[in-house]
Amino acid sequence: MDFEFIKQVFPLYIHAAILTLKIGILGIILAIIVGLLCTLVLHKKIPILSQLVSVYIEMSRNTPLIIQLFFIYYGLPKLGLKIDAFVCGVFGLAFLGGSYMCEAFRSGIETIDKIQEESALSLGLSHNQTLFYILLPQAVSISTPAFVANIIFLLKETSVFSAISLMDLMFTAKDLIGLYYKTVESLVLLVFFYLIILLPVSILGSYVERRVRYAGFGS
Amino acid sequence: MPDLGLDVIFKGKNAIRLLGGLGIALRISLISVLISIPLGILVGILMTFKNPILKAVLRIYLEIIRIMPQLVLLFIVFFGSTRALGIDISAELSAIIVFSLWGTAEMGDLVRGAITSIPKHQYESSEALGLNKKQTFIYIIIPQTIKRLIPLSINLITRMIKTTSLVLMIGVVEVIKVAQQITEANRNSSPNAAFGVYLVVFMMYFIACTPISMLARYLEKRN
Repeated sequence: MDFEFIKQVFPLYIHAAILTLKIGILGIILAIIVGLLCTLVLHKKIPILSQLVSVYIEMSRNTPLIIQLFFIYYGLPKLGLKIDAFVCGVFGLAFLGGSYMCEAFRSGIETIDKIQEESALSLGLSHNQTLFYILLPQAVSISTPAFVANIIFLLKETSVFSAISLMDLMFTAKDLIGLYYKTVESLVLLVFFYLIILLPVSILGSYVERRVRYAGFGS
Repeated sequence: MPDLGLDVIFKGKNAIRLLGGLGIALRISLISVLISIPLGILVGILMTFKNPILKAVLRIYLEIIRIMPQLVLLFIVFFGSTRALGIDISAELSAIIVFSLWGTAEMGDLVRGAITSIPKHQYESSEALGLNKKQTFIYIIIPQTIKRLIPLSINLITRMIKTTSLVLMIGVVEVIKVAQQITEANRNSSPNAAFGVYLVVFMMYFIACTPISMLARYLEKRN
């Protein structure tokens, strides 16, 4: 192990990790927004829009991110839609993540029995109270495991961005392997940086999951 | 109507070449799935055992595989093995190794989840009915587990197909690589080829995965 080399290229990896995180966070936030909008459209059964959303969900769930990115980055410019790699990465992640988030939210909403709403109303709670004290807590609790899993999944998916020549962690590692032939050092750093990004999220995720595991009590 | 570059697909052997590229990706996923399903079942069953050492070892294996992006694992096996062990593993073989390891971990977790989700009263009732441990497992637990597992493992197949598109990054000539070659070769005659070709690749994956995931959803609903 060449520690001198590791010291030298460390800043490069930090740079790359920041880029990975930036795209990841922006993409995930957008994905959550897309997911919420799609859930709303599907839940309210808005005509035409809900059919479009269903098609979008199928498209996004049944194709790999890398193919979506290639299409957005290399295909769309031919129609005059030129997007730079960073924005393309964020959009790609949002396109992929939106459908996964939508499924997570929907599972929360759909599994709550109507009887819960009716019981709450008959106990004299107002509509708002029913929503905030009865329905949402249960929905959040049911959705959380899938939601956390999706965030980790999307963060892991950021690793394919090097395909559209973004200088992310994978790109840096591959570059260094090619340039200096320091394969082991480059790979160790790669794993190290992904662990720094993913471990806290995973630990925090399972903590949150345990905290909200109150739905279905007694069943 | 702008030129969408779709005509390139029908030139020469381009369509066949694209399908061949998809075939390579599908072959890698199929082999990996065939390896990971039996191994995953084994790992899943072993994880339900009470032995703490066995449990810890499997847990660590599962966590390491599942927290790392699959592409990182591919890099480790493909680039790392040559350097660290001095052996040359072909890109396709390293892909199969990585995806089998990953698939085994995922399948193992699914199996473990399915077995532990069988409520305790199933064990107790069958014991009360006078079945012994072996009979309980064969007649009560396994049939219920399999019923829960089938849609989940079919889903794993689509995930595997989607994940194998990553092999592009370690230089396997699969469908995206072929698409790149076709767009490059037709750069002058149809400059918009990239749109049509990548659209077709997108649709190819869509057509390959959608029926499988629909089948999984249908089976899940029927349960």
